[in-house]
Amino acid sequence: MAIVPNPHKTTGFLGWIDDRFPLTKMWKDHVAEYYAPKNFNLWYYFGSLAMLVLVNQLLTGIFLVMHYKPSAAEAFDSVEYIMRDVPWGNIIRYLHSTGASAFFIVVYLHMFRALMYGSHRKPRELIWIFGCLIYVCLMAEAFCGYVLPWGQMSYWGAQVIISLFGAIPGIGPDLVVWIQGDYIPSDATLNRLFSLHVIAIPFVLVGLVVAHLMALHEVGSNNPDGIEIKKHKDPETGIPLDGIPFHPYYTVKDMFGAAVFLLIFLAVVFFAPDGGGWFLEKPNFEEANALSTPEHITPVWYFGPFYAMLRAVPDKLLGVATMGAAVLILFFLPWLDRSPAKSIRYKGPIFKVLAMIFAVVFCVLGYLGLQPPSPTGTLISRLGTVYYFLFFLLMPIYTKLEKVKPVPERVTE
Amino acid sequence: MKRLILLSSLLFGGLLSTHANAAGGEPVFAFTPHPDNIASVQRGARDFMNYCSGCHSLKYLRYSRAAADLGLPEELVEKSLMFTTEKVQQPIVSAMPAQAESWFGRQPPDLSLVSRKRGPAWVYSFLNGFYVDPSKAATGVNNLQLPGASMPHVLWEQQGFRAQVEAPEGEHAEAEHGGHHAPELETVMEGKLTQDEYEEMIADLTNFLIYAAEPGRADRISLGMKVLFYMLLLVGLTYMLKREFWRDVH
Repeated sequence: MAIVPNPHKTTGFLGWIDDRFPLTKMWKDHVAEYYAPKNFNLWYYFGSLAMLVLVNQLLTGIFLVMHYKPSAAEAFDSVEYIMRDVPWGNIIRYLHSTGASAFFIVVYLHMFRALMYGSHRKPRELIWIFGCLIYVCLMAEAFCGYVLPWGQMSYWGAQVIISLFGAIPGIGPDLVVWIQGDYIPSDATLNRLFSLHVIAIPFVLVGLVVAHLMALHEVGSNNPDGIEIKKHKDPETGIPLDGIPFHPYYTVKDMFGAAVFLLIFLAVVFFAPDGGGWFLEKPNFEEANALSTPEHITPVWYFGPFYAMLRAVPDKLLGVATMGAAVLILFFLPWLDRSPAKSIRYKGPIFKVLAMIFAVVFCVLGYLGLQPPSPTGTLISRLGTVYYFLFFLLMPIYTKLEKVKPVPERVTE
Repeated sequence: MKRLILLSSLLFGGLLSTHANAAGGEPVFAFTPHPDNIASVQRGARDFMNYCSGCHSLKYLRYSRAAADLGLPEELVEKSLMFTTEKVQQPIVSAMPAQAESWFGRQPPDLSLVSRKRGPAWVYSFLNGFYVDPSKAATGVNNLQLPGASMPHVLWEQQGFRAQVEAPEGEHAEAEHGGHHAPELETVMEGKLTQDEYEEMIADLTNFLIYAAEPGRADRISLGMKVLFYMLLLVGLTYMLKREFWRDVH
């Protein structure tokens, strides 16, 4: 006999569970009776796709760790062992390496969606902040993971990135040695980055994703019109008039999105796993060699914009500070946008144009970050860096001054 | 706005071309890889074992794997292709002792991944790029693709020797403006093969090295076809499912 009869009136095995654990409650709160706006467009696929890629990374990662050897002497050989001798090893590795790039593509689009439709604005500031923390974790995770194959670019990329901590006045050089566990990147460095990559960061990452979703389900999803569907509820049921239950409507819609995404993703995995040298860089097919520096050290594409900003600043410490500030400034976005309208649909032309230029500038910086330094490139990087910061810093002014179109009460189709 | 787009595209375009000029190790000869041509890869394997494996290893490739993938019976491989190793399950190691570094200035590198690290056209160009250079006392040859290379022209019996042609001044200026044209080399000593036959031989070798860099490549592509076919079906099915469920929303 159940101690407390559960409010869902479930019986049998499910009733037994529900008397002891909020299974039906969780299912209803987060899936079956979570009401999402009915007007989601293409941009709203990327959240669920990011989850899909996260699961892909976790699953393929588990199998890679079964065969990978985190040691400077064996890491490179063990990756080739996975590629050649482990059954399905090459596919699992390509799923993981392509997944890393796909993760950033999906997350950048997801973030841009939030910027366009004002998904970061009140009451969703914490969703955005958790999201930014996820992005920071993702960058740390990708960096650590990139070092593990112990190729030339892994090694020298690690050397460049870790040496950035050396720019901190006073403690810098000691900090670098402490992080590396050696005077140069070495076996000790590889081992600790492996530990961070497979235990610490994924642990934090999954926790943050849970927090991101809990915050989202507490306040409800935004939508392309940037209006609150909870303002107009059915007086009898209390269900938002423009809301539809997440399941089955968005579960089937996201399944379709996932299928289209996988079609493209798997085409890359099976037919162009190098991603034209962008996803797997050519110099990384040579084992790490502390005595031979590659001609041209580049980060992977997803770090390009920040690397361009680092190089745009002539002083190392200021460059590192600029790079850090470029990520940090994202956290303040909810308080920078002062427009009465949340969605770009009802904002004026100034925001529209500035946001589009921002997207272009971000891509151009990404491109420049991967090119060898050149005077023209440096000049454009500097202009781009200035634009990147001004876009955010002047946002309180131009969003407040600009006239907006009338925002509708109910969602439009 | 229009002016801005024009300006940025000009700057961007300029940047692209500077990059193209600045990039060093671009292949000097054009090459179209055919790693799916099994006959070519088989000939490349034969030539690699005969002319290259004395010095260069393929430490990540086992003889047995190559035999299975290239459709060669293991007995045949053991009898006619294994010169440096005892067992067919072992990787392809070279007979080069450690002191080779003092002979060539460096240990002949392992070539397992060379085509993924440098690209197939680079490998082809390197093999086609040897020319007589008396200033290089140790080997007597230099290389267009890798100036100052320490490798002697091992395939000289096949190709013979070639030397650089002094380019007329007009042509030189054209090259400086980014016009990509193959460098001129003329035969100064005939080999056993004509230049065309030699180019076929090194194309075979390059195709084999593409195979050696990723033996799972062919399987990956054929599996990929099936996976994509399935994904297309799934896209269609999930689309119909979505449309069915959403009928009452719109």
